Order: sequence, then structure tokens, then C-alpha cells
Amino acid sequence: MTVEHLGRGPLERNEIPARVARDIPAGSYVNLGIGQPTAVADYLDPGAGITLHTENGMLGMGRAALPDEIDPDLTNAGKMPVTETPGASYFHQADSFAMMRGGHLDICVLGAFQVSAGGDLANWHTGEPDAIPAVGGAMDLAAGARNVYVIMTLFAKDGTPKLVPACTYPLTGLGCVTRVYTDHAVFALDQGQVQAVETYGTTVAALSERLQLVLAQ
Amino acid sequence: MIAVDADAAVAGISDGATVLIGGFGAAGQPVELIDALRRSGAGDLTVVSNNAGNGDEGLAALLAAGQVRKIICSYPRQADSWVFDGLYRAGKIELELVPQGNLAERMRAAGAGIGAFFCPTGVGTVLAEGKETRSIDGRDYVLEYPIRGDAALIKAFRADTAGNLVYRKTARNFGPVMATAASVTIAEVTEVVPAGAIDPECVVTPGIFVDRVVAVPEPAAGVAS
Repeated sequence: MTVEHLGRGPLERNEIPARVARDIPAGSYVNLGIGQPTAVADYLDPGAGITLHTENGMLGMGRAALPDEIDPDLTNAGKMPVTETPGASYFHQADSFAMMRGGHLDICVLGAFQVSAGGDLANWHTGEPDAIPAVGGAMDLAAGARNVYVIMTLFAKDGTPKLVPACTYPLTGLGCVTRVYTDHAVFALDQGQVQAVETYGTTVAALSERLQLVLAQ
Repeated sequence: MIAVDADAAVAGISDGATVLIGGFGAAGQPVELIDALRRSGAGDLTVVSNNAGNGDEGLAALLAAGQVRKIICSYPRQADSWVFDGLYRAGKIELELVPQGNLAERMRAAGAGIGAFFCPTGVGTVLAEGKETRSIDGRDYVLEYPIRGDAALIKAFRADTAGNLVYRKTARNFGPVMATAASVTIAEVTEVVPAGAIDPECVVTPGIFVDRVVAVPEPAAGVAS
């Protein structure tokens, strides 16, 4: 049953990662993508035993490094200086991606240009002729993490929906996204069915109309 | 095992060679070895590296010198990848874009004597177009082939005189995989210690994978300059 939060507006930018953090079970191994997904770390319960993976070769990644802690040999996937936590480990790239493909990583949180109702993810390339493509670990995470969660605004700057019947941007992975966290709603995707878990400042009916999607409640 | 200097170490990398270059951004990038390769003048190179250079130094300088015909990498575009960006837009460098995990696994396969492997990464995307796919136990996979290097240039933290290597933090990244996948592996390290000074239980890259070691002392490793 959808919870419609009508006494408020859409989620603020910093409220979305906080909402994601609430859905990450204690003890999980989690990879947070570059950009807004990185902010999820700020809202995790420090006592929940959640271990952060960074695909450039580390488990147990800590917070961003303060100026006097910066070590050029210790960076995250966004190449920003970070810290290590007790129990951290380092490993090479083949091991790091084996952790994903081998089904050992519980959750990854990624940004997206578009997500389809069937869980297809498009987040690596706009497809524009002059754009220089760069994929990094996005396709490996999409194919390998046991659960792929997406953080994005529900509508592009021009107002067009980003949760769509079928992606028009080049795909990163097929049928991999299970939850989508947006400013207007949280969605659960399952076998082509889209359920609105919570809405913020709007109703399921209004969103269904604007998205042109059938939304289960 | 210990080369006199970086220039001697990279001598023998010829025109047209495929060179694996370690690093994730600046972390683990063997800048002294790359500079030596640039000075050697070897051209028409294929470079395999996660990124396509940052700023104007190291890999970016090698690209700027016009010595690289093709780069195989996962993430060329960055805030400071202007050297690559310019060459790419001018049509002066060829790009093969490979997902990061496939890049690692294709080199791992080369180093482990694996002829090819089926991988779920990229199924149904443009990066799998033209590649053989197969359904195994209900899941779709793409056939991927190994990437071998004529040479690997990597950066480790410390070597012993037997060529055993240990790395430092996330600077390890592609080093151990690349070390296995090239005909000649050259490691840039901050110091070389006597055999026996590295606990055998802690060796990350065994010396069998390492052909030459170049010591490039750094001021107080781990402290930002």
C-alpha cells in the first residue's frame, strides 16, 4: 500500500540519499556510485555494520579525507581522497569486480539518465555525437550487484519523465534495477510492474498520469 | 632484476607495441616509467589503462607526444582529460571502450592462460554488439577475449631483490593483474629491499611475474606533497 506524503513538497536533494539509507539492511556490503549516491554514506547508521566497497579496490571505505588526512594512494572510485575504517582491505581490480559478478555485493546505488519500467538502466552515455563515452564500472555493477538501486530526479530539466516505458538512451544493463528513489516518489520494480512505495507532495494517480505508466499501489 | 634506471628498463619497447599501464587516475600510475617510454620515442603504441591521462603529466604527456595510436580503457573522460579529449575529437587517437571489470578480467585471462570467457557484463548494450552471446543456466553472457601486453608498466610500493611486490592502499588497482599479462613487466617502486625482508605471506605479486624493477624514492610515502 502506497504511503502518500501530501502535507509536504517533493524530497529535497539531500533527503533522497537519506531515504535510500533507511532501506539498506544492517551488515550489507554496498557500493555507492559517483555523485549523489556517494551521499548515502552520510546517513548510514554507524552501528549497523555496513561495509562500503569502492571498485578501485577497497572494502571498508571510510568518509572523505580531511585536508591533513589526504593520501594520494587512498582514493574512491571518483578519485577523491578518502579514509579507511578498521577492518578495511585492499585488493586488485580482478578481485574487486569478481566481488560484483560473483554475487557477493548486496547493493549498489547508482545515478541514472533513465530507468525503464522493466528495470533497464541507462546511465553511462547520452549518445550525443560529440560526447566522449566513458563507462567505468557501471555495466559491471549493473550486471553484478544483487540489488541495483537508483537515485535520480523523476523528471529531466525539460519536464520529461526519467522513469519510462522503454529507455531511449544507450543501456547500461537490462532488467537490473529493483528500486528507484526520486524527489517525487520511491518505486519498487518487479517483473515489469512498477509499484509506488511512497510519494512526496503528490498522489499515485497524479504521478501515473504524468509518467504515463500504470503504478501499482 | 634491478634496472639501473627507468630509461634502461623500458628500452626494448618497440614501435607498435601494446603496453599495459597501471593506475586509477593518478593512484598507482607509474609516471617515471611512462616518462622514460616517452623519451624512448617508441610510437604507434596501443596503451591499455583504466583512464586516458590526467592533466599534462604521465600518460597524458605520452598521448600529447603523439606516440599512442590506440587506447583501450574504461573511463577516458574526466574533468582533467583535456589532452585525450583533444586528440579524440581531432580523430588522432583510436578508442576501444571496455567496462572496467572486463578490462581487468581480460588481462587476468591473458595472464592465466584462459582462451576466452563468458561474462554477464554489458549484455544487451552497444558495447556487446557484434560479440558472441550464450545463455548458460538461464542467464545471458558475452564472449570476451584476453588482452595481452608486450610490456606492462606498473607502480608498486616495495620490491625485494627476488622481484616480489607489495602495493600501497588503492594504488594497487591494476598492478597485480597487469603484471601477469605482459611479456615483460616493469615495476616502479619506492624502494628495493633484500630478499627475505618482505614476509612471504604478504607478497601480493610473486617475483615470477616481474622482469625489471626501478627504484624511484619518494619523500615520506603516504604524505601528500
